[in-house]
Amino acid sequence: MGQQTTNDKTSLTEQFFPNVDWVQMWEATYETIYMTALSTFFTFIIGLAIGLLLFLTAPYNMWANHIVHFLTGSIVNIFRSIPFIILIILLIPFTKFFFGSIRGANAALPALIIGAAPFYARMVLIGLREIDKGVIEAAKSMGAKTSTIIWKVLLPESSPAIFSGITVTSVTLVGYTAMAGVIGAGGLGHLAFLHGFQRNNPDVTLVATVIIVAIVFLLQWIGDTITAKVDKR
Amino acid sequence: MISIKELRKEFTVNDKKIVAVDNLTLDIEKGEIFGVIGYSGAGKSTFIRLLNGLEQPTSGEVFVNDKKFSHMKGESLRIARQKVSMIFQHFNLLWSRTVEENIEFPLEIAGVPKKERKQRVHHLIELVGLKGREKSYPSQLSGGQKQRVGIARALANEPDVLLGDEATSALDPETTDAILDLLVDINERLGITIVLITHEMHVIQKICHRVAVMEDGKIVETGKVLDVFQNPQETITKRFVSQLTGVEDTLPTLETIFQHYPNGSLIQLTFVGQTTEEPVLTELIRNFQVTASVVHGNMNQTKDGPYGTLIVHIDGETKQIHDALQYLQSIDVKAEVLNNGSTNNE
Repeated sequence: MGQQTTNDKTSLTEQFFPNVDWVQMWEATYETIYMTALSTFFTFIIGLAIGLLLFLTAPYNMWANHIVHFLTGSIVNIFRSIPFIILIILLIPFTKFFFGSIRGANAALPALIIGAAPFYARMVLIGLREIDKGVIEAAKSMGAKTSTIIWKVLLPESSPAIFSGITVTSVTLVGYTAMAGVIGAGGLGHLAFLHGFQRNNPDVTLVATVIIVAIVFLLQWIGDTITAKVDKR
Repeated sequence: MISIKELRKEFTVNDKKIVAVDNLTLDIEKGEIFGVIGYSGAGKSTFIRLLNGLEQPTSGEVFVNDKKFSHMKGESLRIARQKVSMIFQHFNLLWSRTVEENIEFPLEIAGVPKKERKQRVHHLIELVGLKGREKSYPSQLSGGQKQRVGIARALANEPDVLLGDEATSALDPETTDAILDLLVDINERLGITIVLITHEMHVIQKICHRVAVMEDGKIVETGKVLDVFQNPQETITKRFVSQLTGVEDTLPTLETIFQHYPNGSLIQLTFVGQTTEEPVLTELIRNFQVTASVVHGNMNQTKDGPYGTLIVHIDGETKQIHDALQYLQSIDVKAEVLNNGSTNNE
C-alpha cells in the first residue's frame, strides 16, 4: 500500500513536471550554492579589505594617502561599472590560465569575486563613514594603535552595515551565478537556460526559478537575523 | 603639572589661515580643577586637544607631567595619552559594547591582563555609581549614565589629568549637577587634575578652582574663580558673570522700576565670602536715613565660598545715599550705581 502512495506521488510530479530530471536539478542546486557560498566568502574578505583601505587612506584619515586612495577608488569604480556578462568574457584568458578551463563552478569564481568585491567594498565604505568620528577620536585619546582602532572600533561599530551589505551582495551573487552558467559554469541558471529555455521545457525553468527564489529568501533571512543580532544601537 | 608656553595653532581652511589658538601661555597646578570658558569658536576645543596631542601645535610647547606632549609622535605619544584621558560632550561610547566592555576598552589598549581588567572595571563601576548596569548597552542608558560610563572609562588607566570637552553641555541641569559632583569627588579622592572647557558659567562656578576666559584664541582673563566673579575686567567676562547672576535677565524689569521709582538709586551689590552672611541691609537702614527695597537677588556657591548679587532700590536724601554707599565700600561690599533716579529731581 505504501508503495502505491509513493507511485501516486511520483506520477503526480511526473504529471506536472514531466521534463524535470530531479537528480540533475539537485546537482545544479548544489553547484549554485557552492558558487554562491565560496564567492560570498571571498567577496566578504576582499571587499572588507578594500573598503577599509578606501576609508583609511581618505583625506584626514589615519593612513591619508591621496595616491593610494585615488588608485583604489578608480579600480573599484572601473570594475563596478563593467556589466557582469562582459566581465566574464574579459576574464576568460585569465581563467583559462589559472584553471586550465573556463568550464565548471571553480572557473566561475574569479569573475564572481572580481564582479562583486568592488560593489561590496563601496557598501563597507558607506558603513565605515557612518561611524561617529567622536568614537574614533575617543579611541585615539586612549592611545589606541591604528590596528586596534580597525579591529575594536571600525569593524564592530560598522557591523550592521557590513552584514546587511554582504547579504545584499550574496543575493546579487546568486544572480551572477545564473549568468556565469551561460559560459558553462553549471548551476541552476545554466540548467534553466540550456534545458529549460533552449529545449523548450518551461517546467524545468519554473522549478529552477523556484529554487533560486528559495535560496535568495534563505540568504536574506540569515542576513537579517545576523544584522539584527549585532545591532545594539 | 601642565605647562603651556606660547602655544599657537593655525588651520588653513579654503586657503584662508585661521588662528584657533593664539600665543597662549598658561600653567595649571597639580590637583586643581581648571575651567576654560568661552563662546563657541573661541578655540577651546582646539586648545584642549593640544593638551593630549590630538592636535599638534603650529608653534609653542605643551608639557604635561614634565613630558613634552607637543611634537610627540607614535608609540611614546600613545603611551603618554593613557595618563591624560578625556571625556566628551557626546560621550563617544562604543554602541557595540556593554557598559563594562566600554570601560574595559582603554585597559585592553594598555595591555592589562584580563583578570586585573575585570577587577578594575568592577571597582570603577562602583565608583561612578553604575552598579547593576554592567551588561547594559549605551543605547539603554540615559545621558547622565552614559557620561558616568565615559568618566569610568577615562579613569580606567589611572590618569594624572582628566580633560573635559564640554562634558555636561548635552545634559539637563539636574544631571549636570550630579556629574559635576562626581567630578569633584574624583578630584578630591584621587587627586586627579581636571581641565574643563565649557560655555556654561554654572560649571565654572560650581566646581572650578581657577578659570581662564578665552576669546579669539587668546586667554583674556585668568584667576581664582571668586576673584574673577567679584571683579571681572573684560567685557566678555562681565557677560559670562551676568549670565550667572541673572542680572542680564533682570534688565528689562529694571526699566519698569526706573519708571515706578523716579527718585532714589538702583544699586547693585556684590557680596563675596564672609559678607554674604552679614545683615548688610539691616545695618544700612538702621544707620542711615534711607529706605531700601530688594529688586533682584541671587546667591551662588563656588568652590571657594558663596558669592551673591543683590539689586536694591535706595531712596532718601542724596547725602544719606552717598554715606550709605561709603559704608558699603567700607565693609567690602562692591556697590555699583545702576542709575541715579530722574535727573530733574536733583
